[in-house]
Amino acid sequence: MKKSYISVILFVVLSFICSSIAFAADDTIKIGFNIPLTGEIPKVGEESKFAGQMLMNEVNAKGGVDVGGKKYKLEFIYEDNESKAESAVAVSLKLIERDQVLAIVGPNSSKQAIPAGQVANDNKTPMISPWSTNPDTTKDRPWVFRAAFIDPFQGPIAVDFAIKTFKAQKAAVLYALSNDYSKNLAEIFQADFNKKKGAGAVVAFESYGDKDQDFSAQLTKIVAAKPDIIFLPNNYNEVALIVKQAHDLGWKGPFMGADAWGNSELMTLCGDDCKGHYFTTHYAAAGAKGETKEFIDKYQKLYGYQPADVAALTWDAINVVLAGIQNAGKLTGNVRKDREAIRNGISAIKEVKGITGNMKFDEQGDPIKCAVVVKINDAGEFEFAESVCP
Amino acid sequence: MLDSIIQNLFNALQWGSFYSLIALGYTLVYGVLRLINFAHGDIFMVGAYIAYFIAIFLFKGSLSLSGGLTLALVIPLTMILTAMFGVTLERIAYRPLRRKGANRLYVVITALMCGLILENGNLAFLGASRKSFPELIDKVVYNFGMISMTNLKIGVIISSIIVYFILNAIISKTKIGMAMRAISYDKFAIPLMGIPIDTIIVFTFILGSSLAGLAGILFAMSYPILDPFMGAIIGWKAFIAAVVGGIGDIKGAFVGGFLLGIVEILVVAVFPSTFRDLIAFSILLIILVIKPTGLFGVAKSTKI
Repeated sequence: MKKSYISVILFVVLSFICSSIAFAADDTIKIGFNIPLTGEIPKVGEESKFAGQMLMNEVNAKGGVDVGGKKYKLEFIYEDNESKAESAVAVSLKLIERDQVLAIVGPNSSKQAIPAGQVANDNKTPMISPWSTNPDTTKDRPWVFRAAFIDPFQGPIAVDFAIKTFKAQKAAVLYALSNDYSKNLAEIFQADFNKKKGAGAVVAFESYGDKDQDFSAQLTKIVAAKPDIIFLPNNYNEVALIVKQAHDLGWKGPFMGADAWGNSELMTLCGDDCKGHYFTTHYAAAGAKGETKEFIDKYQKLYGYQPADVAALTWDAINVVLAGIQNAGKLTGNVRKDREAIRNGISAIKEVKGITGNMKFDEQGDPIKCAVVVKINDAGEFEFAESVCP
Repeated sequence: MLDSIIQNLFNALQWGSFYSLIALGYTLVYGVLRLINFAHGDIFMVGAYIAYFIAIFLFKGSLSLSGGLTLALVIPLTMILTAMFGVTLERIAYRPLRRKGANRLYVVITALMCGLILENGNLAFLGASRKSFPELIDKVVYNFGMISMTNLKIGVIISSIIVYFILNAIISKTKIGMAMRAISYDKFAIPLMGIPIDTIIVFTFILGSSLAGLAGILFAMSYPILDPFMGAIIGWKAFIAAVVGGIGDIKGAFVGGFLLGIVEILVVAVFPSTFRDLIAFSILLIILVIKPTGLFGVAKSTKI
């Protein structure tokens, strides 16, 4: 009896080993996903995963990717980083060492992408973050790339748009003190606006703390300073509260926001108060044309809702990796060599056509691409207003 | 300048109303049981969620009542359900420990754990995405020169003042209020006089939790975005307000709540907002250093 058990176990173990060897050596390309499927922002992880599934099914249905005359099937591994920095590091190591992936897509938030980028860089594995906009994610890390533009590019666009559209001479900023993204972007906006409109043109620069719900004191100060526009580089849930309270205090002017506004939950939380305002982001879902529209329609048909920017950026990030593989010319089956070939392939990319705009990479691994300003229209959709290219 | 000060005082009265209503709950339970009920901020959160579900059911559901009628039903229903919730918590978590004669410290730790259980239970069952409270009454903005007020803000301030006077009347004029004061005076002699101590404690939790429920409704209407951790910080701050006012004294809790609201808001009005909590809590610390029993607290005597 015992012997037969052992032989069964041996057989199972052996077949596992064989199959994993077969996977590594054979004709699949493994890409790992380091995404927040649970935790604070589960919707972001879900959209990334759905975009991945959609792309994989499409490519595999066509027989796979053609690299150097040989067809490879795609295999995506989705791991949950719980929207925590420490889990993102653990997930990166797991994907690199256990799953032996050729490249990693994710993490999405800068909070996780910055530490995970270090791991990928140290282990010489190409990583591309779809959504992170903080410059530190890719800075001095030759193995790390991103699909989103960075904050020093986004801030001045908001400034220019405010000056042009609202003839703004004075601006006010309200930001979250404990959120690096918000604080960094607020400072960029302040510096740039003061540069373009003279020192002191930002008439109020106010902050609030973690989990604050009442902003009346800050907003009273802002309204009393009589700015032409209020800039809010904040997360969508806080935006909803701030906009409502500002209206209570008699503010009737425009608001301008940043890419963290672009969430499908914004309109359920904010309702009519947010309509008519503008924010800078990666793509506009309403009124999209060409391939972008095709992507949105396919996604909506499969999963039942309109994809936010993170889904589109994930789609583009995967395409960047695939373009890098094409550039590599051929895959040897040796994971180390292939990773290096893919890294070189990505940095050699001349230009990739993406649904969030065409992109090529600078020496830091950041894409040179266009940003869009969208308007929240009366139907609550994010409608294209302007596109700004570097 | 004067406009801005009056506007800020008005903002502060509204914000302080929430602290006051929550601080009253802390102080009631402390006065009777000498227990700091750290789960109280989360009972407030539960109150807001109960209000949300009732409002959605009545307002958006198949009944689709008018906003005003919904509000008239939401207030009593939420207060009753939140009170039941508070009593259940006392029954499950605090009474067994009291029966076994556990040190008060253990009960306080239990209260902290209950708070965490409520927060994370909510997160697990309802998910991380935030709930948006429906607008039950049409918001009207009144402008007096540079000062704007909304009907909702005025309503919040008036309700909290009315609630304080009702509570004060219950405690000083009724028999059960007298029993509460008596327990806080001497909890060993009182049962010997034939006063059912458990009934009084249950009544205390009913009062405290229904106030938290009311605060939850008003809060959800003023700040219509609910998340599972909304009660944590405001609960701690209300506790500080109760201590500064003199914990165990309902006048102290009421005044302390408004005081904290005014300090927080005026600090932002005068200094850069980055320093808000730093300066606000330094002021409260100085008050406590000068008067450790709080503004209305007495060193040791009857509390409540």
